[in-house]
Amino acid sequence: MSPRAQVYILALILAVLGAGLTIYKSSVLGFPLMPGAYRTVWTIEAKVEFLAEGGPAKVALALPRAQRNMRVLDETFSSAGYGFNIRHDGDDYRAVWSRREVEGRQSLFYKLQTYQVAGEPLTQPLDFSTDVRKPFMGSREQEAVGQAINSIIERARVASSDIETFTSQILVQLNDSGDQDRNMVMSHYQDSSLADVALYVLSVAEVPAHRIRGLYLEDDRRRLQAEELLEVYDGSEWIAFEPRSGSPGVPANFFIWQRGGKSLLDVEGGNRSSVTFSVIANDVPARTVAKKMTSREKDALVDFSIYSLPIEQQSIFKLILLVPVGALVVVFLRVIVGLRTSGTFMPVLLAIAFIETQLVTGLAIFLLVVALGLWVRFYLSRLNLLLVARITAVVVTVVILMGAISVISYKLGIEQALMVTFFPMIILAWTIERMSILWEEDGPDEVLIQGAGSLIVAVLAYWLMTNRYIEHWTFNFPELLLVLLGAVLVLGNYTGYRFSELLRFRQLVR
Amino acid sequence: MTRHNPWKQRIKEFFSSWLVSPAELRSYGVLGMNARNIRYIAHYNDRTRYPVVDDKFKTKLAARKANIPVPELLATMDSQAGRKALLHTIEQCEKFVIKPARGSGGKGILVINGRDGDLYVKPSGVRVTTEDVLRHASNILSGLYSLGGKPDRVLVEAMIDFDPALADYSFEGVPDIRIIVFRGFPVMAMLRCSTHASDGKANLHQGAVGVGVDLASGRAIHAVRHGYRVDRHPDTEMPFDKLVVPDWSRVIRLAASCYEMTGLGYLGCDIVLDRKRGPLLLEANARPGLAIQIANGGGLRGRLKMIESLEPEQFEKNVEERVRYSQLIF
Ligand SMILES: Nc1ncnc2c1ncn2[C@@H]1O[C@H](COP(=O)(O)OP(=O)(O)O)[C@@H](O)[C@H]1O
Ligand SMILES: [Mg+2]
Repeated sequence: MSPRAQVYILALILAVLGAGLTIYKSSVLGFPLMPGAYRTVWTIEAKVEFLAEGGPAKVALALPRAQRNMRVLDETFSSAGYGFNIRHDGDDYRAVWSRREVEGRQSLFYKLQTYQVAGEPLTQPLDFSTDVRKPFMGSREQEAVGQAINSIIERARVASSDIETFTSQILVQLNDSGDQDRNMVMSHYQDSSLADVALYVLSVAEVPAHRIRGLYLEDDRRRLQAEELLEVYDGSEWIAFEPRSGSPGVPANFFIWQRGGKSLLDVEGGNRSSVTFSVIANDVPARTVAKKMTSREKDALVDFSIYSLPIEQQSIFKLILLVPVGALVVVFLRVIVGLRTSGTFMPVLLAIAFIETQLVTGLAIFLLVVALGLWVRFYLSRLNLLLVARITAVVVTVVILMGAISVISYKLGIEQALMVTFFPMIILAWTIERMSILWEEDGPDEVLIQGAGSLIVAVLAYWLMTNRYIEHWTFNFPELLLVLLGAVLVLGNYTGYRFSELLRFRQLVR
Repeated sequence: MTRHNPWKQRIKEFFSSWLVSPAELRSYGVLGMNARNIRYIAHYNDRTRYPVVDDKFKTKLAARKANIPVPELLATMDSQAGRKALLHTIEQCEKFVIKPARGSGGKGILVINGRDGDLYVKPSGVRVTTEDVLRHASNILSGLYSLGGKPDRVLVEAMIDFDPALADYSFEGVPDIRIIVFRGFPVMAMLRCSTHASDGKANLHQGAVGVGVDLASGRAIHAVRHGYRVDRHPDTEMPFDKLVVPDWSRVIRLAASCYEMTGLGYLGCDIVLDRKRGPLLLEANARPGLAIQIANGGGLRGRLKMIESLEPEQFEKNVEERVRYSQLIF
């Protein structure tokens, strides 16, 4: 069989396989082909890490309680080698892992899938204790702090009418870095969080209060720490406050993990323990969510898919799965259109950076860095350096430029420019080096042609990679990559004219 | 029945003033990049033979074995340690050329054709210092001009003292003759004349003039620069229609014999004419460009197909017979 025929047959097999799997998944397993009526399902993963001391270890992690506006779809625990059970004591649910003998770095996972429904987050009434233990503030070193706290309370009392406005006032003062009293208090309790200090002040004012721990649900977050809210009793009900803004109510995307003042994590037999969270959003059709609520069984195909990975990896895969799409754009524009770019796959890396930075900011940063880099590079070319040293010098320059751009734009209030770090430095440096050689050898025209070519490819790739449908398909149906592979094989076998050749050879025909 | 649509007409006119249709290109037998890569290069060129042509140093060694004349190699340098020797060599010569062994497209070639005290003079008259020359050599070594940035070797070649018959057609540089050799048969030829813009190098995209050359007679047929047809050399003002390449039969025979030397089925040979030594092989190329079609005002496709359709025993022919066959049919 000729290689050509082989290519077509292979491409056909790949396409049929990919399309078949896709059809099976959509029709039998109910994966939606179109990003349609969606419900955002949040997958939250808590990762407990600690250094076991060698003896018995016991880890207890507070678990989120059911909330009125959040439904839990699924919960999973990883407990490699650990005994595991869930204990509850009144309102407090805890996952407890235990093991007789364990040493070294340990990681334990708890994963939760949840989705939001309309409604108030907090249920009333709560039978939390409304006792207040007024702290003792008599000692000598506390005298000044005590006075400052009292002055804050006094001012808040004057400017408020009830407990709710009083608490708001307290929080506003505690966030005002121009306030002398506040600075005094804050510097005394340096190691405490804002919520800790606020709780302390509230207890001095004899207002019943406790803390709420939870997370802000935002897509693609890794290694988050738990955030805190305050809850204050006004005599008839509990009111939640966001401590930084001082405004009442639970923020819309806040997921409450634990209510009440107990610890989040207890570790016995280990030290340096920490708990961090990752959050990822998946758009799942309402129908599937409903299905999952009723039957929690899983299919092998789903179980061995990307969904079975820890979510930290899932969100990386979301991006990785888009890379082939960008590469396809490169192949297409090279083989069919005949666009010249500087570095074959450099535009794909650029497109990935654009996804993180947004297109306009990304383009601006790229052009700025390359232009400044070229300028520096022209000077370097007069210094007689060896190639490796020169490229390294350009890399260093690029890093400095990136730092400078971040700082200056941050001062100017353009926070997006902080995303400059997403640009691959080494690639930028090579691009600068290549372009400057091109400039010297073939003139600025060629630099413009290839630079523009690269940007066109990058923008097109970016545009496709951020397309809602393509994002949906690559992530939910990774088997479509087989179809893409088939398409690449066929493109690699295209022997027709390139679009650019229709231009290039026109003189010949005339 | 056709309905007249003025808009469609206008759009069509706009595009046809800029582009040619693929069908038209096909009717002229133009070979496109994709077809060249898949049908000819991938099909007829054995990858293991590439190093012989991709590395000009290896080309020279192979040529010496095959008794093919090449420009004299004055010195090579493959590490920074060779600086002294290099310096010693270039101080002795008036004229020389420094080039990367694995460069292409005229990149990294420094032509020096005179001295001015301690300074070296480039064909365009620009003077450079010894320091500049050494820096250029170290850039070559570190792979600045080689494919993929691999470390490279520096070659110092004697300057070619080119045949005066061509002097009027080349400005500040040595003209070279590119011949496409397909399975041992020369199929198309072009003379490339350097211009002021191309700085002593005869590479077309650097601004040299490409002149299509008739395989049978060595006579010029057609000349282009930057893709456009020209009648005269832009610097010397000489008309191309009187141009005949001297010693043509030896040139074309030399090209055909490169097939045995390299073992590559689809090959581009660059040949220069030296005043005393006659035709010399400058380099061979496993991926020769397609501009030769523009210079000849015709496509390669038909000629390649003609060779492909030959009986198997035709490929047993020797150089002499192959050249005669090509001259007869093209
Ligand atoms: N020894 C030489 N003497 C004079 N000119 C030369 C010499 N070598 C190269 N050149 C000039 O440089 C051009 C490119 O050289 P070549 O060896 O073909 O390298 P490349 O692979 O980069 O095309 C030639 O067309 C010729 O004009
Ligand atoms: Mg050449």
